[in-house]
Amino acid sequence: MTAEVIHRLHFAFTVTFHYLFPQLTMGLALLIVVFKTIALRTGSEEWDRAGRFWGRIFGINFVFGVVTGIPMEFEFGTNWARFSQLSGGVIGQPLAMEGVFSFFLESAFLGLFLYGEKRLSKTMHWFSAFMVFLGSWLSGFFIIVTDAWMQHPVAFDRLPDGRYQVLSFWQLLLNPWALFQYMHNMTGAVVTASFVVAATGAFYLLDRRQENFGRLFLKVGVIAGVLSTIAIIFPTGDLHGKYVARNQPAAIAAMEGLFKTEAGAGIVLVGQPNEETGQIDNPIVVNDVLSFLIYGTTQAEVKGLDQFPRDQWPTALPLLYYAYHIMAGLGTYFVALMLLAAFLLWRRKLHRARWMLWLLLISFPLPYIANTAGWMTAEIGRQPWLIYGLMRTSEGFSSTVSAGNGLFTLIGFMGLYTLLGLLFTVLVYREISRGPEAEVSLEGAVYAD
Amino acid sequence: MMGFLWFWLVAVMIVGYVVLDGFDLGVGVLHLFLVRTEQERQVSLRSIGPVWDGNEVWLLAGGGTLYFAFPLLYASAFSGFYLPLMIVLWLLVLRGISLELRNHIDVGVWRALLDGVFGLASALLAIFYGAALANVLRGVPLQADGYFFLPLWTNWQPGPSPGILDWYTVIGGLVALVALTLHGALWLIIKVSGDLAERAQSIVNPLWIALAALTGVSLLATIHVRPASLNNYAAYPVTYIVPVGVVASLIAVFFWNKTAQPVKAFLASGLYLFFMLAGACWGVYPTLLPATTGAERDITLARAISGPHTLSVGLAWWSFGMVLAIGYTVFVYSRFKGKVVAGAH
Repeated sequence: MTAEVIHRLHFAFTVTFHYLFPQLTMGLALLIVVFKTIALRTGSEEWDRAGRFWGRIFGINFVFGVVTGIPMEFEFGTNWARFSQLSGGVIGQPLAMEGVFSFFLESAFLGLFLYGEKRLSKTMHWFSAFMVFLGSWLSGFFIIVTDAWMQHPVAFDRLPDGRYQVLSFWQLLLNPWALFQYMHNMTGAVVTASFVVAATGAFYLLDRRQENFGRLFLKVGVIAGVLSTIAIIFPTGDLHGKYVARNQPAAIAAMEGLFKTEAGAGIVLVGQPNEETGQIDNPIVVNDVLSFLIYGTTQAEVKGLDQFPRDQWPTALPLLYYAYHIMAGLGTYFVALMLLAAFLLWRRKLHRARWMLWLLLISFPLPYIANTAGWMTAEIGRQPWLIYGLMRTSEGFSSTVSAGNGLFTLIGFMGLYTLLGLLFTVLVYREISRGPEAEVSLEGAVYAD
Repeated sequence: MMGFLWFWLVAVMIVGYVVLDGFDLGVGVLHLFLVRTEQERQVSLRSIGPVWDGNEVWLLAGGGTLYFAFPLLYASAFSGFYLPLMIVLWLLVLRGISLELRNHIDVGVWRALLDGVFGLASALLAIFYGAALANVLRGVPLQADGYFFLPLWTNWQPGPSPGILDWYTVIGGLVALVALTLHGALWLIIKVSGDLAERAQSIVNPLWIALAALTGVSLLATIHVRPASLNNYAAYPVTYIVPVGVVASLIAVFFWNKTAQPVKAFLASGLYLFFMLAGACWGVYPTLLPATTGAERDITLARAISGPHTLSVGLAWWSFGMVLAIGYTVFVYSRFKGKVVAGAH
């Protein structure tokens, strides 16, 4: 393996593992605000307890997000030094803003939210939950702004020595790419949280314990689920996709497996892209749909990969194609599942429909896969560029860090993160086993109520 | 002018990180030998529980600020110090996890394991930070393009091709370990009571003596390894106030500790850290990373500073954001002020 491949894998592995946690943190932060708001307005002990239970899960999840997030900021320098040297004047800004504007906020109020309930008034405790939500969603925004500049660079010029500098604070933050991607990504985080909450509810009902909370979680999870799974496709996915199609036509052609330019391009539902022959093997295609999705008319011409020189094709083309199709396929399944569950909920049959509870339970890992596949689509689609159109990935990695050193620390991270994954599973399993009925102090003492 | 300003802004953030995260690292070190019973462990952890995460944010915010203000320095130093930085990252991961999660596990053996990981990781981090600063003061073998790669050690000599560890950087590591342990002990005296507070009290004097000796040794060693670090002081004699500040704050720690004024002693220890770091920064300024391969290869402020637009855009949001951040910091410390009591929370 070349140093370039190892540095790419290094970042890809650590960021993929990291993002398993923030997607739940951000989605759950919103749902906790919902729990706390209803508790505050109705004075209901049950909703308060539900909020506290999810707060405990949130606390565990948050820690794993923090500790796996710290390496990310450092890896820009350790593994991508030449990229950082040239672009630090731009993308260093949103990364520093994340620290200054959201991490300080988040860490201050998370302490109050987790440790301070008995010291604070109910309104102040609600407020600290809200600020944690705000901090985590701001944090997501700055990261998306960073990525968006790499996908679609705006508001910059180049110094004589080749370095980039930012020209406008607001244009950097209001990069249209960032706004579309942010909406899509945050909706994805809510999908993950909805599925986790619904699955936990389904688990309690299937296991016939803590059934009041089971029904409560199911209701919240399914309602949030039906809203977010629709919103992830329309409008957020639709808007984001159209913007990608206009600005990264080679990426969209590769995602869709469109080798040849076509008017009235069809959409490939199933099939394997074959780079050698330039076609899709075993395709199932629906005519005209791709043209319609991108341009709103069935006869519009969509550029295929044949319009682009081979050295500008995304480098891992089949991986990009599969990642995109997995994301889109799962997204479609999510809507169907949640609509059906919402229908049963409305007919008051959901908590007795055990087949549906089982489906909800076993579906909870799928949004994690869909979110991961979505990010893979975005990042692999950008290839071979590190900064789209400006800097190739092969020009950005740290040339002083050899392949062997990179491989050593990559394997180190893999080992460490395996341990973290096990630990996380055990801790969350314990919290869910205890459930919301247990009164658990975060200082460690468990006392019955 | 912008360069001078950003140099000191970044320096302030690093000082903020060391002074704040310093005491919770110190509490971690004390977990290895001073904090004994389960109840004491809970109390001492609770004294840092609500704040350690925010303290660590200073590292991230400082790193981000360094990244956009001095991209070349960020790129060169982070890739050159690749191996020790990765170890630091692993230690930060292990420390955060063991600190936060020990209370979620109620099996004594596992808690003991996590306590050990927390303590060792804290001690190693303190040593690595001190050694890192010493590496910057000593200089690194920069190539013409501004990059380098350091092995963990070579012949333990701070010559032209040094390693991360040599006798000089090891002294730096020890200074940091002792200084932060003392800082942590002073914090515990403020925040806890009973046996633990007494034991923390009794360890202050031995730590203080060790720190005073190490401070002197490190000062002499720095002048020996890099005589040029006195140039700025010679050019602006008024800045000798910084080493005087080091000595004065050390004496203040001793005096206020002896007269049982723990808050003042803790603040004096924070001032000591501030003066030590400020003295080091002023010793290299306007160089950011000296080269052992010839002064013409130094990464200087002028060479590493970002473009003017980046800096003016950055200054606007940075000032606003840091006012907010300091506000949150003050707010959270004031919410959790006073002694931590066992049992209640």
